[in-house]
Amino acid sequence: MTNPDKLNLADSGWRSVVADWSADQQAFRLSWGKLMMWIFLLGDTFIFSIFLISYMTVRMSTTEAWPNTSEVFELVVFGHTVPLFLIAIMTFVLITSSGTMAMAVSCAYRQKKRYAVWLMLVTALLGALFVGMQAFEWSKLIADGIRPWANPMGAEQFGAAFFMITGFHGLHVSAGVIYLLVIAYRLHRGYYDKKGYEIVEVTGLYWHFVDLVWVFIFAFFYLW
Amino acid sequence: MSVESAQQHPVSLYLKVWGWLFVLSFFSYMVDYLQFEGAARWGLILLFMVAKAGLILSIFMHVRWERLSLKLVLFLPMFAIAVFIILMAIEANYTETSRWLFFNNN
Repeated sequence: MTNPDKLNLADSGWRSVVADWSADQQAFRLSWGKLMMWIFLLGDTFIFSIFLISYMTVRMSTTEAWPNTSEVFELVVFGHTVPLFLIAIMTFVLITSSGTMAMAVSCAYRQKKRYAVWLMLVTALLGALFVGMQAFEWSKLIADGIRPWANPMGAEQFGAAFFMITGFHGLHVSAGVIYLLVIAYRLHRGYYDKKGYEIVEVTGLYWHFVDLVWVFIFAFFYLW
Repeated sequence: MSVESAQQHPVSLYLKVWGWLFVLSFFSYMVDYLQFEGAARWGLILLFMVAKAGLILSIFMHVRWERLSLKLVLFLPMFAIAVFIILMAIEANYTETSRWLFFNNN
């Protein structure tokens, strides 16, 4: 079946299907690793969309008052009460990490392996910092009595939506930190010296996606 | 079928985008800090959100330089999400109306 010209496709219908799907064809001019990452991220987009849509549904349909996120997430800094303080810092940390990741990808394509490894490590560190701050935020809300099934400040759905959405996002950041560390280590050890450094871009796609999701969570959950 | 050439773009472009992301995040935080209300609040939140998402996708994730086939794979399914949002908004509106009618009707 190596030469499609010699194949008589009219032999049978199924034979033609097999020939079409097994033949040496390529729809996307990308490396498979990068394409598969995009397909994965597309699936992930749907998962996060479903979370955010269900959040919209419960928030729109509840007759209880929705807690004011500005007040729920305020923090006292040097005697001043600053609304959404921790969330704002988390946003800036994640954007900074996206920037270092973009620079890592850029360095990898310029064959500056050492810089790429260091920038990936900085990205992972910032990601870990983000997860740490999220853990702090969770413990603060749990101390305030908010649970996935209860919320003393108003609509119970707030707790469910908060823990599901931020939890799933935090899980993605944690997985991303591990992913970054593994790839940085392998890059440092020279696993990709022959193959090329496109893997850094693929890792970057995942990391930027995590930042992208946070943009939507920040807008819809914290600011809305 | 060669793989697309490596994504090499000037570092200054990344730095500019990075700077813009900071500025836009600061603006969206200010929407909350300065207590904007109503249509202005939602409009500004959405504006800054779309701007940030667009910058991350097109520059940091290199979508701007990808081929149309990949862009179609990524963006056509978003139509399904848009339909889902509209359906659930209608549903939620109905649920809320029913709740007001039957639960809080003293």
